[in-house]
Amino acid sequence: MSTNLRRPDGTHRVVITGTGAVSPAGIGTEALMEAVMDGACCIGPIERFDTGEYEVHNAGEVRGFDGTEHGLTKKEARRFERFVQYAIVASDEALAQAGLDMEAEDPTRVAIAFGTGIGGIDELQSGFATLEQKGPKRVSPLFVPTMIGNIAAGNLAIRYGMKGACHNMVTACATGAHNIGCALRDIRHGYADVALVGGAEESVSPICIAGFANLGALSKAEDPAAASLPFDARRAGFVAGEGAGALVIESLEHALGRDAEPLAEIVGFGSTGDAYHMTAPDPSGDGVARAMADALAEGGFSPADIGHLNAHGTGTPANDATESLALRALAGDELGRRIPVTSIKGTTGHTLGAAGALEAIVCALSVARDCVPPTAGFVEAAEDCPVNVVREAITGCPQKVALSNSLGFGGHNACLAFAPYR
Amino acid sequence: MATIDTIREVLVENLDLDADAITEEATLESLGVDSLDMVELICDIEEKCGIDFGEPEGLATVGDIAAHIDSLK
Repeated sequence: MSTNLRRPDGTHRVVITGTGAVSPAGIGTEALMEAVMDGACCIGPIERFDTGEYEVHNAGEVRGFDGTEHGLTKKEARRFERFVQYAIVASDEALAQAGLDMEAEDPTRVAIAFGTGIGGIDELQSGFATLEQKGPKRVSPLFVPTMIGNIAAGNLAIRYGMKGACHNMVTACATGAHNIGCALRDIRHGYADVALVGGAEESVSPICIAGFANLGALSKAEDPAAASLPFDARRAGFVAGEGAGALVIESLEHALGRDAEPLAEIVGFGSTGDAYHMTAPDPSGDGVARAMADALAEGGFSPADIGHLNAHGTGTPANDATESLALRALAGDELGRRIPVTSIKGTTGHTLGAAGALEAIVCALSVARDCVPPTAGFVEAAEDCPVNVVREAITGCPQKVALSNSLGFGGHNACLAFAPYR
Repeated sequence: MATIDTIREVLVENLDLDADAITEEATLESLGVDSLDMVELICDIEEKCGIDFGEPEGLATVGDIAAHIDSLK
């Protein structure tokens, strides 16, 4: 039987052939998958700076990260901001797994879509301090190229010699998902054969924690194990996290042409806007529901086919209630209450611009491995979240399709649909 | 500290270069110092030596840079 390389509409099928992760669970996709499937909590007291004057003391840091232990030179580790280093380490892993040999590729056919929600905020903060304290002459000449958000994508292109379209789409906490989705469309429609996609974030910085805390978005819980509580009755905000997720995605035709092993297929992408509020999601859930519906429909699936939803599930009161409503709007009340829902943010915290990419990896590997990870920390069902939140890891559970949601401040909604590769 | 030692210190710190390779005769090109590395070096040198480096032309070697800095002191 010959493999269908194209979709019914004539566009390319797109598969994932490599993944890489830097997360609060440590370095590597398998470290993340293991922590998530175990329902581990990787959140702890902030070590990067003294939080004595802050209302928030916990975060999902990448503890003990030293880029030189993971393939970066001392010069790179000194010069690149943390979000760039995370992006490189995750991408090195993804490319190694994909076995992509750039010497054998047409570099103009290899694209990059790699984003960050905020960018080099540590360099930004120290640059402002230098300007205030020492004056304009002392601001580092490398200030701008170090902190700008597109420089992860730029440095990845330089590192690997990828010369196709090189983008950094910024949609706050939906950044990771939107970068994957946009490159997916580029490959579907023939603008690239392969793309390195994902997102990175270095959000655990003084000004960032202060800003999010004063906004009321962060959990102020002192117990790290009871701070990030997606869909739980006790939830009271998200916990900031750091890291990067990277994926190598390519047309099925290109993957099979170089004997690469598809890990899973990206079967759909939905992208919508709320046009509602700067930080709150539209409480009707309409924007999220439309994104999910579009992602499902693109793959030719119906709500009854959903194996599980990897929710954005930040643990803020507004987000989780909105997503719960959206799922029931999509699938109907009865089915919407039965579909397994999980959020890895109980394990990792909210890695912002990296979240959509890390969650895409977990969601795709979950359908590929017939499993659904639990939501770490979930104990008490919340009245405003009447959905089937996964408490214990589900294994041996073949699924047709799974969805991964991402929502960003400003009302950016993205949903990616993943199916096992067959 | 001799000017060349200051330059050496900055280049080792910024670019992780081998200190022994940073001699008066060593060219910036041979050390792999690109335009971005150079502006960073100048900025750091200005702060350490308390000078205004200006925009001199024709500096090819570490010795050329040291001589230029010394001429400003």
